[in-house]
Amino acid sequence: MGVYINKDTKVIVQGITGSTALFHTKEMLEYGTKIVAGVTPGKGGTEVEGVPVFNTVEEAVKATGANVSVIYVPAPFAADAILEAVDADLDMTICITEHIPVLDMVKVKRYMEGKKTRLVGPNCPGVITADECKIGIMPGYIHKKGHVGVVSRSGTLTYEAVHQLSQAGIGQTTAVGIGGDPVNGTDFIDALTAFNEDPETLAVVMIGEIGGTAEEEAAEWIQANMTKPVVGFIGGQTAPEGKRMGHAGAIISGGKGTAAEKIKAMNAAGMEVAPTPSVIGETLIKVIKEKGLYEQCKTH
Amino acid sequence: MNIHEYQGKQLLRQYGVSVSNGLVAFSPEEAVKAAKELGTDVVVVKAQIHAGGRGKAGGVKIAKSLDEVREYAKELLGKVLVTHQTGPEGKEIKRLLVEEGCDIKKEYYIGLVLDRATSRVTLMGSEEGGMDIEEVAEATPEKIFKEIIDPVVGLTGFQARRMAFNMNIPAKLVNKAAKFMLGLYQVFVEKDAAIVEINPLVVTAGGDVMALDAKFNFDANALYRHKDILELRDFDEEDAKEIEASKYDLSYISLDGNIGCMVNGAGLAMATMDTISYYGGSPANFLDVGGGATAEKVTEAFKIILSDKNVKGIFVNIFGGIMKCDVIAEGVITAAKEVGLQVPLVVRLEGTNVDLGKKLLNESGLNIVAAGSMADGAQKIVELVG
Repeated sequence: MGVYINKDTKVIVQGITGSTALFHTKEMLEYGTKIVAGVTPGKGGTEVEGVPVFNTVEEAVKATGANVSVIYVPAPFAADAILEAVDADLDMTICITEHIPVLDMVKVKRYMEGKKTRLVGPNCPGVITADECKIGIMPGYIHKKGHVGVVSRSGTLTYEAVHQLSQAGIGQTTAVGIGGDPVNGTDFIDALTAFNEDPETLAVVMIGEIGGTAEEEAAEWIQANMTKPVVGFIGGQTAPEGKRMGHAGAIISGGKGTAAEKIKAMNAAGMEVAPTPSVIGETLIKVIKEKGLYEQCKTH
Repeated sequence: MNIHEYQGKQLLRQYGVSVSNGLVAFSPEEAVKAAKELGTDVVVVKAQIHAGGRGKAGGVKIAKSLDEVREYAKELLGKVLVTHQTGPEGKEIKRLLVEEGCDIKKEYYIGLVLDRATSRVTLMGSEEGGMDIEEVAEATPEKIFKEIIDPVVGLTGFQARRMAFNMNIPAKLVNKAAKFMLGLYQVFVEKDAAIVEINPLVVTAGGDVMALDAKFNFDANALYRHKDILELRDFDEEDAKEIEASKYDLSYISLDGNIGCMVNGAGLAMATMDTISYYGGSPANFLDVGGGATAEKVTEAFKIILSDKNVKGIFVNIFGGIMKCDVIAEGVITAAKEVGLQVPLVVRLEGTNVDLGKKLLNESGLNIVAAGSMADGAQKIVELVG
């Protein structure tokens, strides 16, 4: 089970003939992901890694019945790739590409209004449901099947949290990397809603970072709606104001979007927040023990 | 990427947005020549640095004669200006904008930014111009008006007029103000700006609506399609180490501490800084080597970190994931040898072949300490740096 993707998910790789895409296509196939098609305009009719390549997403969907795509297209063309996925009525498209101009994403978001497709990313590690389906660039081996959902704005910090959980014997349902850009698709509340409705998920780890107010809004939503425990972490507690810390979204301006404000909002919503990234796993374990969920969550 | 006020105003002129006449000057002679050319009784000599608060800090002078222009230009050029946005070290003034004086009747504020909550570009305006708009927003939020812009139709005429009326711009000048805003929006989207702020926007005694200041920030991710904007980049305004890092596609930001950090991924890099601080240390930088940390990138990253004389130790924290740890370890060793590493180095690796990676580090004969986790590594480097 898990959220968004599972063993039945049929995946298209957009931009499959690029070197990064090829590398990760191999990795995903090895993990067991059902990659049914690739798309590279002009390379239709060829095949890579045993996967048929099409000229358009529409053709790929018609021929294979794929329902999800992953995008490794270079930044100047990535927004168009998202539009193509949305136009083809896919259930979901996951955009790994970083450095997409933000005004391109403003248009993409507008185009997506009222459309069926869910976007995850851009500038994200992807989505993985342990032992079933891996879509993105994350290392598969750190993920163990279990009952904790993970949602995060940061890639490598997600790996860090998942690794800590797996090492402590706590498996996961799905890890969703929502990405570090200021304009993105799926947000914390979307992912939390999905985890709240997923019977397999018993607890959630939410990893935020400085900039914007998505964490504060999520904390409010959690207090009002979430029936499962959520523990948090906020990266960038020591970042100075006005400096963009790699992620385009991770910038504190005018005293807004600070870690302190976010942690305060999360605490006010009754959430435990890990004081350092090294104890995200420990903090989750402490909370699930208090809630009597530890035995159910201990998977290995 | 930021540009200077005079460059911003040139850009506005190209789009028919009203600004006062002015010329850039790099020397007192050029300043005098510029003032002659403008030919007005009063000219304003303005320091050009990439920071706000110049007026309050004494970087804007009103000259009533050519002698005064020369005097002020001499005084300002080469001076280090400290404003609330430059930090205590300030910024050296190397360029001046010499502008015709204007008879200001009232100052307003107008700006365009991306609103993350709505994923839309938003026009902000206020009749409280000339002040720090953050302070206005804090103290009197009802005096700031917003128009959320649909990217399909762009900023519309009625929105611009509504904004002008809300800002209490005199009724007979509303159409001029609206034209100004529409032009501003056109520059914003066509040049992929991230922020445009006109503070103040002024109404003059002669009935003009014009920009007295212009602050532009551009989306770094879109510069590839704006060669003209890229040409406006002023390397004097940027940290030398940050410029060097950008050549190798490394994301580097200078900080005040003494522990150099090299991490893959922005989130993990921030978290590493947090962890070092948690254990009582102080990071010297933020450095994200990106997903593909090759030996070459690692070497360049080392060089940049070590060019900071405050660095007393380095913490490398790589969650390789799919990348193999032995390959990363080899990269670190090669780089450490090439740069002749003198300070302690703590390396935390995670990913495939992690044990082999650690073995390579331990047997390298270099002053490298392998750490088992991020917390372990942070504690070790804090201890070693002392």
